[in-house]
Amino acid sequence: MAATVKYDEVEVGQEIPAVDYNVRRLNLVMYAGASGDFNQIHWNERFAKMVGLPDVIAHGMFTMAQAGRFVTDWAGDPGAVVDFGVRFSSMVVVPDDDQGATISVSGVVEEKLEDRRVVIGLTARAGDAKVLSKARAVVQLD
Amino acid sequence: MALNRDFVGRSYPPSAPYEVSRVKIREFAAAIGDGNPLYRDQAAARAAGYRDVIAPPTFPIVFSLQSGGEALADPDLGLNFAMVVHGEQRFEYVRPICAGDQLVTTATITDIRSAGRNELLTVRSEVTTVEGEPVCVTYNTIVERGGAG
Repeated sequence: MAATVKYDEVEVGQEIPAVDYNVRRLNLVMYAGASGDFNQIHWNERFAKMVGLPDVIAHGMFTMAQAGRFVTDWAGDPGAVVDFGVRFSSMVVVPDDDQGATISVSGVVEEKLEDRRVVIGLTARAGDAKVLSKARAVVQLD
Repeated sequence: MALNRDFVGRSYPPSAPYEVSRVKIREFAAAIGDGNPLYRDQAAARAAGYRDVIAPPTFPIVFSLQSGGEALADPDLGLNFAMVVHGEQRFEYVRPICAGDQLVTTATITDIRSAGRNELLTVRSEVTTVEGEPVCVTYNTIVERGGAG
């Protein structure tokens, strides 16, 4: 399949509206099981505080996965993502309550490449903190 | 404690083949909250031109760290796992991962450096099928907090 977004209809500077993704402790437990990353800082508050963290924090890869979901939902085909990289610039602290934390992801078309590919610059925030930096995806458009 | 720079450039033997299953892809998609039908519906994936369901872009994290994992556990490296957080991650794709793939990962430690009081270590992993077809390359940078201080 090909991306549903057409290369010719995309312009540099075009913004992709923000989407909010909720993360609660349950999500981290599920992610630990699915990914095999059982580091205690992602589910054990006692341990997290013992190693100097404010509370349990989300797996960086959980946050990256939300940014990935943002891109694949925009592109229409997950297989159209040919390059995806991030730096984890701040922690997503996930309190043990019913609200959890919110990761807000937005994007902008930064560059149009040859071969009908585009570079999407991504911003991910949790509260006031920018939780990803240098977050970019290269997407093969139709 | 500073990490042992002698580990830079070391490659590790290829992992045992990892068989990508529909069940694992569906479990992973559920864990990240992604309801995309191409991750769970074989008919939808075939209609989209894939052999079987495909995996989300970050899925290789499930298996790609196995090959380098033993290196990170080597006492000579001097890594304190309790202080490790994830620094950077990147995936370069030749094609999406598909259920039924038998994937082999070969890891190389490409960089160890200090940043402030932290130690950073990067592992590059090449992911191919058992037949040798390149699928993706992953770059995983971990941060040992306070390791350089």
